Amino acid sequence: MFRIERAPAPLWMRGLIPLIAILITFLLVSVLIISAGANPLSTFYELLINPLTRTSARWDILMMATPIILTGVAVVVAFACGYYNIGAEGQLYAGGIAAAWMGTQLDGVSPWVAIPLMLLAGFVAGMLWALLPAVLKVRLKVDEVVTTLLLNSVMLFIVSALLNGPWRDPASGWPQSPTIALAAQFPVIIPRSRVHFGFIVAIIVVLVVWWVMARTRLGLELRATGYNREAAQFLGIRVSRMTLLAALISGGIAGLAGVGEVAGIHYYLIGSISPGFGYTGIIVATLGALTAPGALLAALFIALINRGALSASRELDVPVYLSEVIQAVLLLVTLATLLLTRYRIRRKV
Amino acid sequence: MPILEMRGISKHFGSLIANDGIDLDVESGEIHALLGENGAGKSTLMKILYGLYQPDTGTITIDGKAVRFKSPADAIAHGIGFVSQHFALVPTFSVAENVVLGYERGARLNHDEIERTVRQTAEQHHFQIDAKALVGDLSVGQQQRVEILKALYRGCRILILDEPTAVLTPRDTAGLFDILRGLQKEGLSVIIITHKLDEVLAISQQVTVLRSGKVVGRVKTNETNAPQLARMMVGRETVQAVRNTDHRPLPNVTLEVDNLTLDNKRGVRVLNNVRLHVQAGEIVGIAGVAGNGQSELVSILTGTAVPRSGSVCVKGKPVAFGDPRECIRHRIARIPEDRLKGVIGDLSVADNLMLEQAEQFTAMGHLQHQKIVQHAKRLIEEYQIKASPHDRVRTLSGGNIQKVILARTLSPNPDLVIAAQPTRGLDVGATEYVHQKLVEQKQRGTAILLLSEDLDEILILSDRILVMYKGEIVGEFTADAVDIDQISLLMTGAANQESKDVSN
Repeated sequence: MFRIERAPAPLWMRGLIPLIAILITFLLVSVLIISAGANPLSTFYELLINPLTRTSARWDILMMATPIILTGVAVVVAFACGYYNIGAEGQLYAGGIAAAWMGTQLDGVSPWVAIPLMLLAGFVAGMLWALLPAVLKVRLKVDEVVTTLLLNSVMLFIVSALLNGPWRDPASGWPQSPTIALAAQFPVIIPRSRVHFGFIVAIIVVLVVWWVMARTRLGLELRATGYNREAAQFLGIRVSRMTLLAALISGGIAGLAGVGEVAGIHYYLIGSISPGFGYTGIIVATLGALTAPGALLAALFIALINRGALSASRELDVPVYLSEVIQAVLLLVTLATLLLTRYRIRRKV
Repeated sequence: MPILEMRGISKHFGSLIANDGIDLDVESGEIHALLGENGAGKSTLMKILYGLYQPDTGTITIDGKAVRFKSPADAIAHGIGFVSQHFALVPTFSVAENVVLGYERGARLNHDEIERTVRQTAEQHHFQIDAKALVGDLSVGQQQRVEILKALYRGCRILILDEPTAVLTPRDTAGLFDILRGLQKEGLSVIIITHKLDEVLAISQQVTVLRSGKVVGRVKTNETNAPQLARMMVGRETVQAVRNTDHRPLPNVTLEVDNLTLDNKRGVRVLNNVRLHVQAGEIVGIAGVAGNGQSELVSILTGTAVPRSGSVCVKGKPVAFGDPRECIRHRIARIPEDRLKGVIGDLSVADNLMLEQAEQFTAMGHLQHQKIVQHAKRLIEEYQIKASPHDRVRTLSGGNIQKVILARTLSPNPDLVIAAQPTRGLDVGATEYVHQKLVEQKQRGTAILLLSEDLDEILILSDRILVMYKGEIVGEFTADAVDIDQISLLMTGAANQESKDVSN
């Protein structure tokens, strides 16, 4: 007979957790694939291996990973400080609006000036959109989960109002903002692909956030606040200031994701630049164990599945939503297996 | 024949062997003390007896019959009663309702009937308690009686009490002992878990001493004495902490608290014109029953609460309220009541040791890892912390966590130490270590304000003792003129009562 004890799992076990989570996820998803009338093995081949065999698909993965690396890292910063920012989606759109506006003001400017200005505008816009719930949290203890989540819907209406109002394309009548200046458009960094400068921005953000969180006093105090708010306060850390900072940095980084989509992919703002990148960021951050490098890996993995789902649906006629199902199942399984690291199974004599 | 025989009881948790082949015999009608340091395995053994844990090996025999308890319900059915340190009472229910809860007969509650039977049970055992009173309105001592009554109502013949006096005032303790002696006369057996020698000597007839999960001694109380028990319990001659008679405070006043008044959220005055001072090189102890304003005083002095009025000065300079960094600036070392609120459990020992002086370990915002680890290594050695710099503090024992706090707060040579419950929950060795460090600080010329619910600790360490009752300082004693009887009267408010009676 076996029994479960409440004791930390052995170290080698903890390293295996992500792999076990992925394995269980695929076992569960197999049921769905079979019921959709496809062969799970060939589906998984299409999802996980096939995209890596073709150059163009490989570059697509980097392109598709770019926004969710950024939203993932944004969520890492906030969650690590104990601020549950569910509003990366709205903050991304705030960055997108700023980029769409800034982009049209930069005709004839050098790209060396234009692109930093684009990034700055997006970062500031994301911060501003994150400011209200952060202040409410710090001043009045209003639950940020509720406010940041609801502000996402508000943001969608603002975008819609802009695109159907002042920014509606006068020629076509489409709800789409004017195309941004050439100088403001992110250059493609790999020939014959859609990988744009935003990917480099994302990598830089990962490195900076990793360095700040792990190697600076600010990061230490942010994490201390997230681990134990009361003790952090007792130790003289200004927890309100830390929370506000984490919320604003998080919002700013999410804003950069919006800049990347506008300036690197579409070159104008439309209502659907993000199919929920902000929410995917939460999955990415969780899978990445709330660290920036972890979020990078998790974002690449999810981008792989997303890219794979495109070809899988084409080749095998499984629904393209499969990748979203996998993400959701993976999140739940990861959370469940993380719980298991606190227990041991022991054979009862 | 003993009513209870436990034979060869072993229980391990992971690599920790909590009980290792323990034998325990309890005679019918005896008060049996189970003595041992924190972590000696007393509570584990009793939880096995109460069916909360299953032993790995070993047998339990009651009245000569082998029994096996799968749950507390089994144990209760065999006449075992357990009063834990943490009461399982519903504060909004009456005494009677709490007593019958879980043992109601029938589906309908007849309140008169319940009250009658509970009152009967109480009278039968000579308890004085109002069956109709709400448990939430009762004092801790009375709540404990409700717990005992609960066990009796369920027909217990062996009553286990887990450190019953930890939460009691000296007066309540005396009352509890009277009750236990009464139960003994009725033929009940009582097992009392404790680490207080005086209690063992006062109440028990038989003592079983545990150390590191093993039985190290089994003696009749009237054939032993405190030093012998201490030797068995600790495994070495415990140096009876010598009272520090060299009371030579320096003339300068370090801490001056004036007219501190604080109301709590419900508008009740919890501190009323508290005025006290601590000189350099002096330990001032505040004695008092828990909940008489000590916690609030600590939270003001440690920068986590703002009083309604009053002032606090350190070395003549006023301290701003409600800002822990102000304490660091004024070189106040703070040992918090709840040590888990004084460390960040998920950060490493090294990080925790530098957090209060983070600016010294930072260059342009960048943490100087080498310096932090070296600092940690030095303090770990100096304060004998059993950990490596990179261990998460969460994984340390209570004593080692307290050492981390001591190392962090005392190593920068503070002017003032606010020590709140510095040894709560620590074993004898760790307690002595903390005391030694506080005395070292005092000898350095540091002013120390000590708040403790453990009166012995106050008596051992303090040069002056203040008694706190209902948010006021109601008495002051110097170490050489301590009157323990008077202190416990002041602590419980009984002194006021007496003076009122006289004036009437």
